[in-house]
Amino acid sequence: MRPISPTLRSTLTNAWLAGPATLALLAFIFVPVTIVAVLSLTDYQFGARSFGWVGLDNYGKLFGSTLGRRAITNTLIYAAIVIPVSVGFGLLVAVGLFRMSDWAPRLSNVLRSVYFLPVAATLVAMSVSWQMMLHPSLGVVNQTLIAIGGTPQNWLSDRGLVLYTLAVIGIWQSIGYNMVLFLAGLAAIPADLYDAAEIDGAGGNWSRFWTVTWPLLGPTTLFVLVITATNAFRVFETVATLTKGGPAFASDTLVYALYREGFIYFKAGYASAITMVFFAVLLTLTLIQFRLVERRVHYR
Amino acid sequence: MTASRALGRLASLALLLLGAFAILLPFIWMLSLSVKPQDEIFSATFQLIPSRLEWQNYVKALTETDVPRYLLNGVIVTAGILFFQILFAVPCAFALTHRTFKGRTALFGLILAALLVPFHVTAIPVFLGFAQIGILNSYWALILPFVPTAFGIFLFRQFLSQIPADLFDAARVDGLSETAIVWRIAFPLAMPAATAFAIFSVTAHWNDLFWPLIATTDPDLATPPRGILFFRDEESGDDVGPLMAAATLITAPLVIAFLLAQRKFTQGLATGGLKG
Repeated sequence: MRPISPTLRSTLTNAWLAGPATLALLAFIFVPVTIVAVLSLTDYQFGARSFGWVGLDNYGKLFGSTLGRRAITNTLIYAAIVIPVSVGFGLLVAVGLFRMSDWAPRLSNVLRSVYFLPVAATLVAMSVSWQMMLHPSLGVVNQTLIAIGGTPQNWLSDRGLVLYTLAVIGIWQSIGYNMVLFLAGLAAIPADLYDAAEIDGAGGNWSRFWTVTWPLLGPTTLFVLVITATNAFRVFETVATLTKGGPAFASDTLVYALYREGFIYFKAGYASAITMVFFAVLLTLTLIQFRLVERRVHYR
Repeated sequence: MTASRALGRLASLALLLLGAFAILLPFIWMLSLSVKPQDEIFSATFQLIPSRLEWQNYVKALTETDVPRYLLNGVIVTAGILFFQILFAVPCAFALTHRTFKGRTALFGLILAALLVPFHVTAIPVFLGFAQIGILNSYWALILPFVPTAFGIFLFRQFLSQIPADLFDAARVDGLSETAIVWRIAFPLAMPAATAFAIFSVTAHWNDLFWPLIATTDPDLATPPRGILFFRDEESGDDVGPLMAAATLITAPLVIAFLLAQRKFTQGLATGGLKG
């Protein structure tokens, strides 16, 4: 028997090592992305034997119908609340804990863990707990409101309130994550810059923050903003657990609409169009994020 | 220390404690309800601390409901996903860093491109495909879509590229096969990357609701988040104590793991954010 040539042997080894992962990437990511793009131009329904081409009708329906627009606006409103508030609080907590580590390092560490807890916790289970807290009559929120003389609210079934309630939960969940990223950014600021600022007369907390901390945190802040945005646009777990998009679609979001249209109503074509719009938003955000990561690596 | 500085510290301490309390409240509320007797849950007056501890809620959740099943499913699914992810990603990352072959750059480009695709985007075609071959409603349906992990390959590639090639050349001289080099030398060296990846992967898939909601309808296959929704929708409001005990049991594994290995967890989950 002829021995296999070293080149062939090497090629086979490469295929053995890298082949399975490559095939899996193609089968589960690239082929599906192509299919979803094609499906978005059809009226295909799960289980149907045939389908027709409808051009951009599905996209027209998403941007043209009240329901479609509702899902888009809700997602934008949700993101517009969650992004600034969660990033802002994340920064405040990080700066506070970073300073505290000078005079109470242990407490600072404990608080840091507390703020991070929601990131590790199971959001669906925590949403069930939120549901009990927000219960119209038995929940701690309304009972506290009554005790201090406020008006109790239907936090999850009032059309005008529900989206804001979900935004608060979104903020609660993401502050700790942003805090960790800001703390890493703060730790990377050289201490002698603060000394230099002090010599230049910027000794107060406030002027230290504006002359040193904030400018140097610029890249971190951009990065945190984009990550928070990608997570906000994916909001699904809280919606599915607490409202199912209701009442009357007041808390319908893009990913929930994609789930409902695709997997409850089996409208694969229309759901694919929603998917593509969601993908376009996320793609833009992720590309910005990649640019930022590259730049951060450059400046280090 | 000046008085104004002390006052500043006091103010920031007060605010940070207030914020921490707000963050903890859903956890405290969950624990409190999970050990409250039924009548106190439904009393109109507000008590955070129950008059007596009702452990029966936990007993009920563990013996009369499917919660143990959900926890077991969670372990099977997250462990299955992690096992196959590492099995596929490490050899690929090794080939990308310590072997030269035609198409290596193209393959890396493919991996970067795959990083741009959120899982939600592939859900419809994957569901269609699984329906076609009839594996919906199985553990495989929950595990397979997550096996190709561009993020994992990327992470291992970053790590392995920092390991000097001499090390692997020496092993080759000793007569080790490339497969043996991957698993007996490269993988143990890449343990820090593997730990960070494992934390990220297990947390993401233990907590995921989107795909289990789509791929399975059988309650026997429910992962913890899916399972607790089954439980909640069945109990219709009169079994709040056991429901909150179930929520606690489902949240506990990751929270305890986080408290035991905080630095590793924070690192793992923060790295995961790069995935977007």
